[in-house]
Amino acid sequence: MSKLSISTRMILVLTLITVLSGGILAGWDMFTKPRIEFHRLEALKTAIGEVLPAHDQYESRETESGTLYIGTNTGSDQPVGIAFMAVGSGFQGELRIMVGLTPDLTQLTGIKVLEQIETPGLGTKIVVDPSNKQDPFWFPAQFKGIHVAPEIIALKNAKPSTNNEVQGITGATISSKAVTRILNEQIANVKAAWTTKGGPES
Amino acid sequence: MSTQLSLKAEFVKGLWRENPVLASLLGLCPTLAVTNAAMNGLAMGLATTFVLLMSSLMISALRNFIPYQVRIAGYIVIIATFVTVADRFLAAFLPEISATLGPYIPLIVVNCLILGRQEAFSSRNGIGRSLLDSLGMGLGFIFVLVALGIIRETLGSGSIFGVTVLGDWFTPWMVMILPPGAFLTLGILIALANWYNDSSSTTPRSTDKKAIS
Repeated sequence: MSKLSISTRMILVLTLITVLSGGILAGWDMFTKPRIEFHRLEALKTAIGEVLPAHDQYESRETESGTLYIGTNTGSDQPVGIAFMAVGSGFQGELRIMVGLTPDLTQLTGIKVLEQIETPGLGTKIVVDPSNKQDPFWFPAQFKGIHVAPEIIALKNAKPSTNNEVQGITGATISSKAVTRILNEQIANVKAAWTTKGGPES
Repeated sequence: MSTQLSLKAEFVKGLWRENPVLASLLGLCPTLAVTNAAMNGLAMGLATTFVLLMSSLMISALRNFIPYQVRIAGYIVIIATFVTVADRFLAAFLPEISATLGPYIPLIVVNCLILGRQEAFSSRNGIGRSLLDSLGMGLGFIFVLVALGIIRETLGSGSIFGVTVLGDWFTPWMVMILPPGAFLTLGILIALANWYNDSSSTTPRSTDKKAIS
């Protein structure tokens, strides 16, 4: 080893370390990948189950506006609802929201925020509000049954009066409005993709 | 290292006297970022300790082969390998914790506590000593992260390790789970540790601090 020039030694040792590292990581990846993939699918399935009405299974369909998950019951080809992942920017970073819609795409059947980095204690109420002991999920829960036309509106300091309004979170107006903005934008995309794909019959 | 410490001293020093956070102020980014709950602090501490132990093992074993000029590059590749191993492990077996800690697990790569121990210790000592040193430093790190987590979670959410300890009468101090709460709590902890050391030590304070940083 010491007979080699310093440059050769540097190249040799660094190559050796990186090859070793690559080997360890490749092996570890083979070991952990199936489990990570399993958790990802489980999380997806749980989220779809929460936003769509009761269904036996769902099928994925690729469209220009992302993947749509269509929930059906066994023995019926009428979908019970259509779910999709809406992604957009919140107050501090990306929001990923699983959105459930009725098959005619006029009403929400539920939403669930899967990923967010909003302000803890304020913006995070879009997921869960621990300060509301009776109903910690009041914010996401009120989207169920909301009409998407003409657009979903988050109200500030007011009770919803029409069927397309939800109550915003005090102290987290931007997070509340980010949710409705993302929903409005992406529901429009999904509507377009769904109608060009031939609608519910296909 | 002019004088060899006893093996026991090598282990014990990281727990308090040369505690990576309280005495050397190393690895402050994860310390501040993830300690809004005790569980997060514990998970981050364990992951960091794993990376520290494995990296020290490899680097002390390879210390005579790695040319001086490329040692940092070599260390970083080794550290990054074990960080990825820890990250994938959490994603595969503890998905909730992995989701909560998010990018902070991959960021262990740049935790200066780990690179610092390699540069200051493992690259100059045998495997046994390096492992003892890493274990002590790792446990010291876990201790501070869990302590911070418990204090911040109690005051900020009224719970410890997710179990509610303060009843409905308690209004959570929102600031404690936000970044300012981390700075306040850490500052107070460091002040208390210094005050305790100053008032209780009969021997002069450690003089080999320069060797650590």
